[in-house]
Amino acid sequence: MTSTPSDVKYTKTHEWARVDQHQNVVVGISDYAQDALGDVVFVELPETGMEVTATEEAGVVESVKAASDIYAPIGGVIVDANKQLESLPELLNTDPYQDGWIFVIQPQDLSELDELLDAETYVEFCEAQGDNH
Amino acid sequence: MRETALHDVHERLDARMVDFAGWHMPLHYGSQIEEHHAVRQSAGVFDVSHMLPVDFTGTESTQFLQHLLAGDVGRLTEDGKALYTVMLNDQGGILDDLIIYRIKDRHYRAIFNAGAASSDLEWIKTQTTGEVTVSVREDLNILAVQGPQAISNVATVTSCQEVREMRPFTCTEFPDFFAGRTGYTGEDGVEILCNSSFAQDLWAKLLNANVAPCGLGARDTLRLEAGLNLNGQDMSPETSPLDSGLSWVVHWQPESRAFVGREALEEQRKIGPTQKLTGIVLKQGIVRPGQPVRTNAGDGTVTSGTYSPTLGYSVGLARVPHDATGACTVNIRNRDRQAELVRPPFVRKGKKVHK
Repeated sequence: MTSTPSDVKYTKTHEWARVDQHQNVVVGISDYAQDALGDVVFVELPETGMEVTATEEAGVVESVKAASDIYAPIGGVIVDANKQLESLPELLNTDPYQDGWIFVIQPQDLSELDELLDAETYVEFCEAQGDNH
Repeated sequence: MRETALHDVHERLDARMVDFAGWHMPLHYGSQIEEHHAVRQSAGVFDVSHMLPVDFTGTESTQFLQHLLAGDVGRLTEDGKALYTVMLNDQGGILDDLIIYRIKDRHYRAIFNAGAASSDLEWIKTQTTGEVTVSVREDLNILAVQGPQAISNVATVTSCQEVREMRPFTCTEFPDFFAGRTGYTGEDGVEILCNSSFAQDLWAKLLNANVAPCGLGARDTLRLEAGLNLNGQDMSPETSPLDSGLSWVVHWQPESRAFVGREALEEQRKIGPTQKLTGIVLKQGIVRPGQPVRTNAGDGTVTSGTYSPTLGYSVGLARVPHDATGACTVNIRNRDRQAELVRPPFVRKGKKVHK
């Protein structure tokens, strides 16, 4: 079983989003996503200052197996990216919800997060995808 | 989907299973990078029973194989010798690559790729003439035990010390199993062909001896580091051994040997090759099959590409103009990235060749 903490919201493209103390949104990929990808070996981070809209491509995670786009769960400006992933991409596998965060968005409209899935709905969504993990 | 005799064992090990050429096969058992390192540093075992062993016997089996294959089995002058070569069509295109073993006089065993096996058999049927019997050995499982400790592990768990005496690229038929000191990883090792109960027993004993179970994922990164082609990806019926880094598997002598594809290859040799398959290295990002490559001699394409766990960056194979060398760019997600063409292999016997 993969872990699905309830203090974050999820997208159908398997990102998670967490509101931090500055009302910014920290983004990563779910445990389910990292498990499906396998060993992550390269992360292409978005540049800070870049503007994104919700569901827009904002980075790429490459596992040994394949490349996978990361989508912004909410519109806004990228204000930080996790440079540590450049030398330690495996943090996405070992700690997807904490040290494996990917970037931070200063949201235009925080209420866009209401559109995302809560943990329970996300688990159901993953199960419906037909994967037995 | 077809399953090997070890299918339930893989599922019990919680392997990530994938469809590979119609077979339900293990991709990895948790981390394909750890499996890769196990093979480079100690030993790993792969279930490759989806591959197809075929026996050729009969008084004219040697002549038949001299016709069928680009490499000359006449060079297997002793029992137990093995040869890596290709089977071509009349246009000189590659139908499959294979290792062929001479078990004894006029008794050969070839191992074909799972993805090409059924079309290979069709082809062989159309080519068969003379006193030769072609026996498909679906009864045989194949376990590839690979890595610097592979031989001693196999010798210990089978109590068959003779395995240690086997020279590279030879085979021996033991009472319970057939072993070839061959592989697809760039490491020492053996490929063991045996019945299902022996395979299950051997697998369990090897895991007890701390040999790592390894999936097709690690097999791909290992073969790519070793600069070994994958049939259907780096070569196909549309490419020739002469432009796929495999000129060395074609035996031109004796000139009287009229193997399938020979005329077409001789024509190609006269004109000279226009393209080649070579290595590509990228330090920022991962090369993947299909990505466009721009070189000093024109455009090409990545045919295989992945992350190299031994080197810590990406390596691949690319089909490029014959004169291309040195610095190039590879286009990844609409951005050109600096890469370099190099001669494979990237890793040999656990040591980095590319630095």
